[in-house]
Amino acid sequence: MVEFALPKNSKISGGKTWPKPAGATETREFRVYRWNPDDGKNPSVDTYYVDTHDCGPMVLDGLIWIKNHVDPTLTFRRSCREGVCGSCAMNIDGQNTLACTKSMHDVGAGGAVKVNPLPHQPVVKDLVPDLTNFYAQYASIEPWLKTTTPTPQKEWRQSHEDREKLDGLYECILCACCSTSCPSYWWNSERFLGPAALLQATRWVTDSRDEATGERLDNLEDPFRLYRCHTIMNCAKACPKGLNPSEAIAELKFKMVERQI
Amino acid sequence: MSGPSSMRTPLARVRNLGASHSGTSDFWRQRLTAVAMTLLIVPVVVVVIMLIGRNHAGAAQILGSIPIAIILLLFIIASTWHMKIGMQVVIEDYIHNEKLKIASVMANNFFCVAVALASIYAILKLSSGV
Repeated sequence: MVEFALPKNSKISGGKTWPKPAGATETREFRVYRWNPDDGKNPSVDTYYVDTHDCGPMVLDGLIWIKNHVDPTLTFRRSCREGVCGSCAMNIDGQNTLACTKSMHDVGAGGAVKVNPLPHQPVVKDLVPDLTNFYAQYASIEPWLKTTTPTPQKEWRQSHEDREKLDGLYECILCACCSTSCPSYWWNSERFLGPAALLQATRWVTDSRDEATGERLDNLEDPFRLYRCHTIMNCAKACPKGLNPSEAIAELKFKMVERQI
Repeated sequence: MSGPSSMRTPLARVRNLGASHSGTSDFWRQRLTAVAMTLLIVPVVVVVIMLIGRNHAGAAQILGSIPIAIILLLFIIASTWHMKIGMQVVIEDYIHNEKLKIASVMANNFFCVAVALASIYAILKLSSGV
């Protein structure tokens, strides 16, 4: 059966409250999930106070400030700090999003900024989830142009209209905010490909230059791989790039019906 | 996923047994039966209201009408089919033990067929005035 409660070793217990920064006139409280694979303890939530006059406005700025000034052991992924790389995806105030594009003024209504790792994934350490399965699912949809026709001397040509059909699909940065917000993915992440991989599948199924559309649909046609999507739409709500994976999945289902009827 | 229980690669685990190349029929039939029920629900409610307070003979007289009997039969077929597919989706979502899942899917099929046949038999019996 589906596990509705956290396993014993994942239950959150206690947590340390770090002192407020000396001399700070204005601080913001951060409650951050901590788990260290090496100490054998259960996860905890540590409380930090960030000097808002000394750091940038985004949640990621706050986390970097904590790492630099309070606790260097705090572990999280980050790279571009401008919503392009997708590394700093985490659950902020109950919503999966990118820490670098989420202003700390927009969360927690002035109270604590609650930061947790992406839900329902194994945790590597603190805010770092293990996305091995997520990336393997992306690889499984074979996200590259597949053709049989000999490669033209110049480029594969595409009309402006056909190129426009890829809008809303190609922008995905694979941050995993959508897939890890999806209850269907929580219950069946080993068999359901999840919104991110399916949005990318739609991107390649839609591409007018691709010659493997039918083969791609064949590989998706499965009660678990595709049809676990029940249009819950958490994916569209979570996507920090404003994409709608739910709509892309509906497009796939429509194509499945279209080729049968 | 990253557990030590398997040394298969992540891609091998995702590909697993491959796509079953099915699911679209159930997806389509679920929509088909949903639309059918939307169309049938008003006449069915009207028939049910007509049946309120009638005795066996009165009910048999109303169901003796061919269009009314057919509307009810269509509704039973659409709703039990829809019920079967819907319940199977719930079972597949939440039950991960393969044996229990197969047993549940089987029980669901038996239950829906039994409900459908019992209802169809009742309507045919009343409708034919036996």
